[in-house]
Amino acid sequence: MKIINTIVAIVAGVIVLLGYFMPSPMIQSLRTPLLDWAVILSGIAGLIAIINLIFGIHWKRVKDNGGSKGFSIVLLVAFILTLIVGIFLGPSNSGFQKLVTAVQVPIESSLMAVLAITLAFSSIKMLQRQRNWMGFIFFLSVVVFLIINSGVLAFTADIPVISNLLSGFHQVPVAGARGILLGIALGSLATGIRVLIGSDRPYNG
Amino acid sequence: MEFIGFLVVLLATAGTIFFASKKIRTKYPPVFRKIPAIGKLRRAIGLSVEDGTRMHVSLGSASLTDPANASAFVGLTSLHRLGQLSSTSDQPPVCSSGNGGLTLLSKEVLKAASVETNTRELYDPDHGQLTGITPFSYAIGAMDVLREPGVSANILIGNFGTEAGFLSTTSEANTDFTLAASDSITAQSIFLATTRDVLIGEELFAIPAYLAYNPIHLASLRVEDILRWLVGIALIAGAILKLLGII
Repeated sequence: MKIINTIVAIVAGVIVLLGYFMPSPMIQSLRTPLLDWAVILSGIAGLIAIINLIFGIHWKRVKDNGGSKGFSIVLLVAFILTLIVGIFLGPSNSGFQKLVTAVQVPIESSLMAVLAITLAFSSIKMLQRQRNWMGFIFFLSVVVFLIINSGVLAFTADIPVISNLLSGFHQVPVAGARGILLGIALGSLATGIRVLIGSDRPYNG
Repeated sequence: MEFIGFLVVLLATAGTIFFASKKIRTKYPPVFRKIPAIGKLRRAIGLSVEDGTRMHVSLGSASLTDPANASAFVGLTSLHRLGQLSSTSDQPPVCSSGNGGLTLLSKEVLKAASVETNTRELYDPDHGQLTGITPFSYAIGAMDVLREPGVSANILIGNFGTEAGFLSTTSEANTDFTLAASDSITAQSIFLATTRDVLIGEELFAIPAYLAYNPIHLASLRVEDILRWLVGIALIAGAILKLLGII
């Protein structure tokens, strides 16, 4: 069975990859349904994982009187209510969407605000934790770019030397990010090849 | 342009198979540079086995069909290796993720590790769990796992967004060791500010090879290095040619 899994994965991977490089109609006709199946399977996997989250984790926690039981009850009630309302009204119903976003948006916005404070506090603590040149440069960059992007230096736009210097400063993070992204692209390529040749098989339990 | 891409993939595949051969490995053994964070990870694995505590791997919330999510595959490979390395403990690793596909794969990986190490009785499908389906709900759910008393080390590998801040700060406050690595620039900068042991850029893809996984990982790392040199040379040559007005 494991061999069949591996063969199916390799063949599907090769067809999708070839379809990306070669615009041959025959390969495209094989590639398109494969990609469609992947999207459908991904959706089904999401559904299975949600059922597991509800019944395998939270329902079990409520039943066994485990820790954070209160949160699990809230989650179960919210899930059942959303499911019932969603089934009756349909996911595209404007009332249903308004109801969901009225809960989700304020909560996620509040989390974002908490995160901003947490990150600011952690950045200050970082100086205590990383007493090395990397920590110092990181902190210095944060301060410099906060000042540059805050707009307090807007008056320098008419001074040629300073405005050129600031424009140059703006290019530094872009160059750094490009370097990191190149490394990540090469790493992704190497990982993809390992999956493609069947060396890494996370699907073979 | 497509032809060049195809050629690169073909050469990289051939290179990976070539460097994985025993003859080449024996003749030209790989030389590793020191990555302190991975050294600490090895120590944390040993300590968790001794303590009888478990390790937690979090894989992020990006979709499995997202082409930019190769880091999650590295996370799954690392999870497999952690499962093997901690097989002498009665506490196998746990895994959280924010995507259904990743959750199912993490269950499969944990099951495979338990079968290979004859510890099938310790395998629990709930050790691979979905904690939420939006980035923030995933992070808040994973924080519950991070805070569990039996967890001594957290490994955050995958594609994260700003929610990475919640995971890394909680992990730093509650456990002895946190290794954070991501292919996202946003998450990398957050990890650098909030955790001690961070992997930057392509270092993330070296984890399986550094954990002595199998020859193909060493070969893959070598190919990655060669490609990086080639890209570097091409960039410098391009800049010089542009400066000279040739291109």
